[in-house]
Amino acid sequence: MGDTLLSIRGLTKAYPGVVANDDVSFDIGQGEIHALLGENGAGKSTLVKMIFGLVKPDRGEMLLEGAGYAPGQPSEARRSGVAMVFQHFSLFDALSVAENVALGMENPPAPRDLARQIREVSETYGLPLDPGRTVGTLSAGERQRVEIIRCLLQDPRLLIMDEPTSVLTPQEVEILFQTLRKLKAEGTSILYISHKLEEIRALCDAATILRLGRRVGTCIPREVTARQMAEMMVGASFATPEPRGGVKGEVLLAVAGLSLPAPGAFGTPLRDIRMEVRRGEVLGIGGVAGNGQDELLMALSGERLAPAGTIRFKGTDVSRSGPVERRAAGLLSGPEERLGHAAAPNMSLTENAVLTAARRQGLVRHGLIDWGRAAGFAEEVIARFDVRTPGPGTAARALSGGNLQKFVVGREILQNPDLFVVNQPTWGVDAAAAAAIRQALLDLAAQGAAIIVISQDLDELMEISDRFAALNEGRLSAARAVADLDMEKIGLMMGGAHDMEVAHVEG
Amino acid sequence: MIRLERRLEPSRLWTVLTPLLAVALTMLAGGLMFALLGKPPLEAIRTIFWDPLFHPQFASYSRPQLLVKAGPLILIAIGLSVGFRAGIWNIGAEGQYIMGAVCGAAVGLAFYPSDSALLFPLMVVAGGLGGWAWAMIPALLKTRFGTNEILVSLMLVYVAQNILASASSSWLRSPEGMGFPGSRNFKQWPAVHNAELLPETGMHWGVVAALIAVIAAYVLLARHIQGFNIRLTGEAPRAARFAGVSPARIIVLCLGISGTLAGLAGLFEVTGPAGQVTIDFNSGYGFTAIIVAFLGRLHPVGILLAGLLMALTYIGGELAQLMLGLPGASIQLFQGMLLFFLLATDVFTNYRIRLSRREVA
Repeated sequence: MGDTLLSIRGLTKAYPGVVANDDVSFDIGQGEIHALLGENGAGKSTLVKMIFGLVKPDRGEMLLEGAGYAPGQPSEARRSGVAMVFQHFSLFDALSVAENVALGMENPPAPRDLARQIREVSETYGLPLDPGRTVGTLSAGERQRVEIIRCLLQDPRLLIMDEPTSVLTPQEVEILFQTLRKLKAEGTSILYISHKLEEIRALCDAATILRLGRRVGTCIPREVTARQMAEMMVGASFATPEPRGGVKGEVLLAVAGLSLPAPGAFGTPLRDIRMEVRRGEVLGIGGVAGNGQDELLMALSGERLAPAGTIRFKGTDVSRSGPVERRAAGLLSGPEERLGHAAAPNMSLTENAVLTAARRQGLVRHGLIDWGRAAGFAEEVIARFDVRTPGPGTAARALSGGNLQKFVVGREILQNPDLFVVNQPTWGVDAAAAAAIRQALLDLAAQGAAIIVISQDLDELMEISDRFAALNEGRLSAARAVADLDMEKIGLMMGGAHDMEVAHVEG
Repeated sequence: MIRLERRLEPSRLWTVLTPLLAVALTMLAGGLMFALLGKPPLEAIRTIFWDPLFHPQFASYSRPQLLVKAGPLILIAIGLSVGFRAGIWNIGAEGQYIMGAVCGAAVGLAFYPSDSALLFPLMVVAGGLGGWAWAMIPALLKTRFGTNEILVSLMLVYVAQNILASASSSWLRSPEGMGFPGSRNFKQWPAVHNAELLPETGMHWGVVAALIAVIAAYVLLARHIQGFNIRLTGEAPRAARFAGVSPARIIVLCLGISGTLAGLAGLFEVTGPAGQVTIDFNSGYGFTAIIVAFLGRLHPVGILLAGLLMALTYIGGELAQLMLGLPGASIQLFQGMLLFFLLATDVFTNYRIRLSRREVA
């Protein structure tokens, strides 16, 4: 550590109607892993975009090793030694690893040299990757390695990583951390953006916390608790979900031998899924994104019909019933994709309330919609789940992601489901709201409903689930009591196919 | 640099304003075109928009024509708008319109010269069914094989035109027509003549049907759950499936509604203003109705107004041809401009313009 690599002084950036960053200052030391913490909308992305030359600050300056640094575009940032691994990869599935890496470089070397360089870097940093493999065949973790190697080939002095672990299994996370620590030992600084507090405590040397565009605190993550950091992020203390007692009731949902072909070229087939959920129970389903989460939800919600006899709800075979019948029976669901799947972007919240609540809330009589009652129900969801919006007449797409999430989850919970299946219930929601949503799910279970939570946030699953199962390539592991699990077991459940051992380097 | 910025919500103001702005721009560009053609622009525009309604000499003839022309346009456009709302693009209303007319007329002529009061209603039903059946072809091909309804419905227009040609020149040809193409004239057959209901107004059963369709479509889209499902399918197909809406049912429903209404329009036209099945009785209403639907913002009341406006340009255009010697094609150009400007100004509904210095976002 010691010297400062990048010094950020008073950066300010305003967009129409919102100040994304307001007078933000902090320093990143040489060879330091610096965490940037904040809720969604706190201004992390804008700040990083300014450092990477994607956005120009309105005011303030940056100093890189004492010299003025004002990148006009990413290529300038790269030349100055700043590289970034984005949360969403920009890779071409049909091309090989080496070709993808070459596409991201200003002056790519000859293919053979490049392949050699990729091998060297991947061996040095423990990121096994075969330059000849087609990207389409790689797992999410391996794809991330392509992006990281692409950055490392440019010998960066500062590596920016935007929520890098959201797509990784625990084992892959551990390997990534080793790589980052190695980079740090060599003097590379890392700006690490995340909202996973335990990770930051394990990895980072310093943390800057943003709230509503302002820097609200700095801390040394090892010396504070995750809860303290979370409270700094939110600016208030919030309730942790209460542990539930309660007896588990009869089996509400029984799935056996459910197999479904992939819905499209990029979907995942479901393979012989079996599970049981009882009243009062929360079943957590983990797994790396893209392993059949969406497909499982669609099979349970009735959007895709299943082979007869595979899904029994309250003892009745509902495999061949659509969403409307399943909802009538008490099986409600909340898809991951808020805009376009759980809600229609251009329609008002009232209309989006009708979307799933038409029958159960009696919003339709003789085929005619009672808009007054629909607005009333929407208002109830808005009030009970603290949705920040001018009113039920607002279009869904005008809401922030977190607020819309609160609305679509609240819409289902307030309909008193017997079974609620939800995918990524707190994705992109701020910590306080996430805690509120989790509490609402637990309350629902305490009232005797069964809950299936599909999530990529293992901390969340551990916190609220009674039992845990993992999806891997469309297969669901047997569910096990959460109390008996540790991270290693969970990692193994999440799938050998994504383990490091499989993705070894050839030649 | 001029930049377009997406609005959080579609602007209500601009939704209402764009059709008016489009009309104004059309008048401007149209006037320019007329000037280039060497005609007095102001007079031409007055002849098109004002004289048909208020000219002391012509108004008595052209005023009823307004409803005669607007009736089928509105009826067809209402049907189309229901489908367009769901993202189902029936471009073949012209074909459904022709088939409605041919089927309805054929059923009627089969009973010639009956004077039963039931015959006209029977023809109406047959006309609606004819249009419906013609629209079911793209509907079933789409639900079964995933074909594109735009192409199929459009192609079927040309098939329908050939059927119309053969009907008027052979199997529906009037035996008393001295060998000329064309069916018997319904105007000379009082039992089935779709005559003016009120003298001097142009109001016939087709206009009544159009008004009923406007109200029904309004209730359907604003209040009924099926209308909600239709809009939902158009806005967010995945959300519709999540809600439990079957895409196939929406396709069949929407194409069915638009086909039926187009078929009815054809039947009312052929038994009323046109009078007989001839090779060219269809004056392109099925295509013009697409413009009407969009000009009316796919909203029933908007379509009612847009249909009247479009009818006015038809009548005024004819008048301008007569009075000022404007070429007929220039009127079609004028109508085309209307749609063009509408689509162009539509950008403001969803976007706002910002002037800003350059920035990589």
